Amino acid sequence: MKSKTADDINKIKQTVIERNKSNKSTKVYVHMGTCGIASGAIDVLNTLRKEVKDNKITDVKIITTGCAGICSKEPLITVEVQEQEPVMYQCVDTKKMSEIFKSHVLDKKVLKDYAFARGMEIQIKDRIKNNGKIEGQAAIDNSIPGIEEIPFFKFQEQRVMRNRGFIDPNKIDDYIARDGYQGAIKALTSMTSDKIISEVYDSGIKGRGGAGFPTGLKWKFAAKEENSIKYVLCNADEGDPGAYMDRSVLESDPHSIIEGMIIAAKAIGSHMGYIYCRAEYPLAVETLNKAIKAARTYGLLGKDILGTGFEFDIEVYEGAGAFVCGEETALMRSIEGSRGNPRPRPPYPAHAGLREKPTILNNVETLSNIPQIIAKGSKWFSNIGTEKSKGTKVFSITGDINNVGCVEVPIGTKLSTVINEIGGGITEGKTFKAAQLGGPSGGMIPIEHIDVVMDYDTLISLGSIMGSGGLIVMSDDKSALEMAEFFMDFCKEESCGKCIPGREGTKQMLNILNRLCDGKGKQGDIEKLENLAFVIKNTALCALGKTAPNPVLSTLRYFRNEYEDAISNNI
Amino acid sequence: MSNISTMFSKAQIEKLEEIILIESKKPGCLIPLLEKVQALLGYIPVSVQNIISEKTGIASNKIYGVVSFYSFFTMNPRARHRIQVCYGTACYVKGGKEIGEKIEKDYGIKAGESTQDGRFTYENTRCFGTCGLAPVVVIDGKVYGKVSVDNIDEILSQYE
Repeated sequence: MKSKTADDINKIKQTVIERNKSNKSTKVYVHMGTCGIASGAIDVLNTLRKEVKDNKITDVKIITTGCAGICSKEPLITVEVQEQEPVMYQCVDTKKMSEIFKSHVLDKKVLKDYAFARGMEIQIKDRIKNNGKIEGQAAIDNSIPGIEEIPFFKFQEQRVMRNRGFIDPNKIDDYIARDGYQGAIKALTSMTSDKIISEVYDSGIKGRGGAGFPTGLKWKFAAKEENSIKYVLCNADEGDPGAYMDRSVLESDPHSIIEGMIIAAKAIGSHMGYIYCRAEYPLAVETLNKAIKAARTYGLLGKDILGTGFEFDIEVYEGAGAFVCGEETALMRSIEGSRGNPRPRPPYPAHAGLREKPTILNNVETLSNIPQIIAKGSKWFSNIGTEKSKGTKVFSITGDINNVGCVEVPIGTKLSTVINEIGGGITEGKTFKAAQLGGPSGGMIPIEHIDVVMDYDTLISLGSIMGSGGLIVMSDDKSALEMAEFFMDFCKEESCGKCIPGREGTKQMLNILNRLCDGKGKQGDIEKLENLAFVIKNTALCALGKTAPNPVLSTLRYFRNEYEDAISNNI
Repeated sequence: MSNISTMFSKAQIEKLEEIILIESKKPGCLIPLLEKVQALLGYIPVSVQNIISEKTGIASNKIYGVVSFYSFFTMNPRARHRIQVCYGTACYVKGGKEIGEKIEKDYGIKAGESTQDGRFTYENTRCFGTCGLAPVVVIDGKVYGKVSVDNIDEILSQYE
């Protein structure tokens, strides 16, 4: 098949937009990421299909989307009757689905008892502008809150997740209709490699995987290398336990990642890319493979992309269950088919990475920011954030919190806003104790710092890190010491075994933590932990080893009394 | 070396040879090849590793190194049902460990082991990314959310 050109893509965009406008059917969106499915979204979908069939209805369109963000209310569906406000329903089961179908879809009567919000997340900005209304959509029952009034949604800024709950991830046309592939078109038809890199650099975006290295700089190093073979890699090995932002993006909007990789490839002069996705995410792998196939059919991947002569293709590489493979050199070893052992740097991957060729590795969230940076410009991107950290950050908030979910906020949002407003406070009326950011490489933010402005530098000054976005909330009946033990156990288990600090150091620290948690602490244990932490931080081979002591150091900083009690109680 | 013809059916062995032939042509083929072999046979014992080594020319110690490194691979046959209790952070905070301890106690097995009657293989896993449903238990690939020590027995009773 002949490649589509930029004009063809724009025609598709117009056709889909027109088609959606002229389609007078009632739309029912079923929001189904892995979480939604586990909560019963497939049963809900099947019930809906059966109702449509049994009632011989032809003017209902069922749309399956990825995750809608607020996991604790799943399964969620949205019903949109033409010329009326859409309504989102929460905690739907098969019985409720049938009732909603009869009332809202057939009789056009909103079922208030099950309703969660009026409006859709993608409309929030327009609704705020128009006093909670959308032109052409009749307002309905005002006792159901508008989506822009619900704190969970109100304080968010959707960029990476701008399509969530709206598009079908398996339909490339849906993505194109939402300005999808406009960044790739611009990069491939009217920008030089240097221009792309300077746009990304000027935006100020830093790697969202945790390290926070400027993305533009990384690309610049790889672009300077002279080599006919270079690689673009996407790190979708989201290994931090308790973090699932990337899964949500992979399952809801896979084309944004593919588009980001195409732009990166053009910037550094690469013709082959891999997405390294963990095996624990079967739905993400399936969604990505379908998306890549669709992009190839449209000539957005392959030999002559958009008729510009540029060649680039992507393959998904499934991981096999090893946390350390999230480390860049280990990930490359794994794609080569070996044990995922990290190696010392330099040489850096930009010079000698996968198969010893120049390589860039970017995280899922970083890549899905790229299309909009190119399409809308670096200034648009940097108009939110703090002085040193621009754009948004996606967090998955979990643990002892009412609204568990995936949230995207401007960098610089206060932790208290995320916990008390977006998260709706601590479960069962308990009190906040601390939040763990950055998982096993990160640290805790205790209650006295709950108003901290979350950006890369401020979090480091408090002994934590931005991390990849896992944010685990603990109530005050949880033990910080046990949490430190949990993370050290994780690091010991996941150590690849190559360097002694990583292999033995974590084990020795864990031994001490085990006995402290068992109430058998000895005098001098705290000092031993601090000493071991110092040695590991300074001598471990890779970033995962170097950061393994962080949870201990952080809990010692804020909850030293728990360690001291564990010792004094034994004397 | 044990003879694989006594361990697997003729059809399985033919399919194994076909997988090796197709997959070994790609660069860095080993891990995808092993994933497909495990999907076919359920596990990858040393005897099968040796066959892969003979046919692909990849050293058998390298294959053993890879199989033993990644938690996805197993060298022992799994029982009829596979229980994976999530030990990720969110599940830990919400009581996942207590569920794991109950299974260990009730069935007399440790993580990585199978019950003698071949009913359950029990494993700990680090995060399925469904933290919104913590604590999570996955049985034969099906995700169960908001599991507790009170309802785990009822869930397990569906798997004989």
